Amino acid sequence: MNPILLAADNEVDFMIHGIFSYSFFGQKVWITTTHVCTLIVLITLMIFMYVAGRAMKKGKEVPEGFQNVVELIVEKLDGMVESTMGTKGRNFRNYIGTIFIFIIFSNISGLLGLRPPTADYGTTLPLGLITFTLIFVTKIRYQKVTGFLKGLCDPWPFWAPINVIGDVAVPISLSLRLFANILSGTVMMALIYGLLNRIAYVWPAALHVYFDLFSGAIQTYVFCMLTMTYIADAMGDS
Amino acid sequence: MEFNTNFILGCSAIGAGLAVIAGIGPGVGQGIAAGHAAAAVGRNPGAKGDITGTMLLGQAVAETTGLYGLLIAMILIFVKPLAK
Repeated sequence: MNPILLAADNEVDFMIHGIFSYSFFGQKVWITTTHVCTLIVLITLMIFMYVAGRAMKKGKEVPEGFQNVVELIVEKLDGMVESTMGTKGRNFRNYIGTIFIFIIFSNISGLLGLRPPTADYGTTLPLGLITFTLIFVTKIRYQKVTGFLKGLCDPWPFWAPINVIGDVAVPISLSLRLFANILSGTVMMALIYGLLNRIAYVWPAALHVYFDLFSGAIQTYVFCMLTMTYIADAMGDS
Repeated sequence: MEFNTNFILGCSAIGAGLAVIAGIGPGVGQGIAAGHAAAAVGRNPGAKGDITGTMLLGQAVAETTGLYGLLIAMILIFVKPLAK
């Protein structure tokens, strides 16, 4: 059984596999397929970053070749952030751009036969928690502690527990949405390759376009869009 | 009373099938959103880009409840929490 490549076997298999285990403060910890696939995605992004940095270093006034591509990506991401959050949200361009590129590369890695890292709740929950922390810090910074407490007791003070539950539900629903969408695509592709392996030639490519490219891009967009909406909401009117 | 493991697994499969009935709700909701988006494009064809973006965002959020049902079905079938 090949632990990393999904489509390399004739049985239904989309689970996360441990590759090797080691002892960490007395706990048995596994290095899984998710770690390996995340590493592959990160190495790809680092190579892209290095090449893009070299292209920009000898960039010209009138861009040409690879410089065009890099400038297009940066401009599109900046435009997306500014059209959603307004000019006051300029400082969040780095964060939104980073998670956008990471999530979309993770989702698309299903095309290459990898198990997408975002199909593991251990990857999407940290992303949701980072967003949650960012919302909390932004709220404290822009509305101060008094504004935060006032927002907590919004209609009446005894409404506070419900508001707390509403706040805590944000990272959970954000991460579960991304996780379940990518996982459902992974499961569908594994079922098709595992159960229909005699006739699964060429035509699964169309399904790859839907499950990996379309669904992955939409979910990336939705994750970033909701993150921006929540942060812009936390900034308040000031 | 002790039950056979196979009986519990069969009941888990039925439960998983029932859980994905949750997909009906998002289907209806997404259809309504797409219909209203089509009507909006008919009224104001210039705003097609904005309408499509808003529609996709709303549909993806509405999809969440269906995905929760899917997650429960997958947990019942593959993690087998009841048969342990």
